Amino acid sequence: MAGHANTVDTKNLWGGGFSPFNVSYGKIMMWFFLVSDAFSFSALLISYGFMRHRFEETWPVAEDVFTHFPFMHGDHPLLYVALMTFILIMSSVTMVLAVEAGHRMKRNGVILWMALTIVGGLIFVGSQAWEWYHFIHGTELGALQLADGTIAQWIDSAKNAFVLPDGTEFSGAAAAAMIESGKEIYGANLTVNEYGVPLFGDFFFFITGFHGTHVFSGVVINFIIFVNVLKGTYEKRGHYEMVEKVGLYWHFVDLVWVFVFTFFYLI
Amino acid sequence: MDFDRTAEYAAHHGEEEGKKMRKTIWVIFWILLAVTTAEVSLGLVWKDMNFAWTFVKWTFIILTLVKAYYIVAYYMHLKHEFKNFIYAVSLPYIVLVLYLIVMALTEAIYIHGEDVMM
Repeated sequence: MAGHANTVDTKNLWGGGFSPFNVSYGKIMMWFFLVSDAFSFSALLISYGFMRHRFEETWPVAEDVFTHFPFMHGDHPLLYVALMTFILIMSSVTMVLAVEAGHRMKRNGVILWMALTIVGGLIFVGSQAWEWYHFIHGTELGALQLADGTIAQWIDSAKNAFVLPDGTEFSGAAAAAMIESGKEIYGANLTVNEYGVPLFGDFFFFITGFHGTHVFSGVVINFIIFVNVLKGTYEKRGHYEMVEKVGLYWHFVDLVWVFVFTFFYLI
Repeated sequence: MDFDRTAEYAAHHGEEEGKKMRKTIWVIFWILLAVTTAEVSLGLVWKDMNFAWTFVKWTFIILTLVKAYYIVAYYMHLKHEFKNFIYAVSLPYIVLVLYLIVMALTEAIYIHGEDVMM
């Protein structure tokens, strides 16, 4: 409570009897957990940046990989991931509105906004599953993996000519021999990637997968707290701080996506 | 049950204040939406408009930090916490970023496997 700060001897804040941060134990621990969790994400993004520079010549451009959009044909770079970002920002807004309603002890407000947050989270996880499906599935044409591991792209659907990452084109007899010794690949998994270096796929699966796990667990935790709100647990307790704590976690998930969006999809 | 005395620190506010807070929440939402739209449009047009990649890249990074600031400061309410708590949360990252800049400037040459001793 704000009033506390005035009544406490500031020189003896650490002496006990008052939280020096003016924050409850649970909320401090949630914050410190998020600080450490953010370091895990930092480590993933830093190693991504390092490897990307290391393999600059053959690194696929995310814009050229994620071009699908549901119910639409053709190339729509960035559009789908922009929509996912919008959904997550929107669910962050509904979450903070749930926290605000909790501060006014308005149970119905908390119920409405938390329900919307959970729906937003589920839509986001679903979108991510859809994107994974398309990345794993790959393009109709696929690509050619040469004997030395280089990924070459087909020039047309006849599949008798291809182009290397550095722009060199091969066709005719020279191409035929290389096609013979190489193999056709479709989509991506942890060991092959038709769009370029396999490492790109590894980072994609690990970073968006780690984030997706957070979103999913966030939805589960939100749901548990939502059930408690329905049961009136926090009404009895006299405050909705649990909603605030899961809110912190949920905003953190949104925050991480802001960084993943920039460093994985935009840059 | 309240062994950690959470109730003493749990925030409450009235209708009047709540109205003001909801207004702030929506203003921040429009800022976040505008910044994201700007990022996506820049990502789509920068090649056709012949912008320099370095400029585009740093614009993305700065806009990301702007978004992160608004989420942490307002949605996670950190701006209105005690100053010592703000430092407890943000200092580790300030140190990390400084460390990364030093690493990038002094050690990044190893990235392509060059032997700097030669």
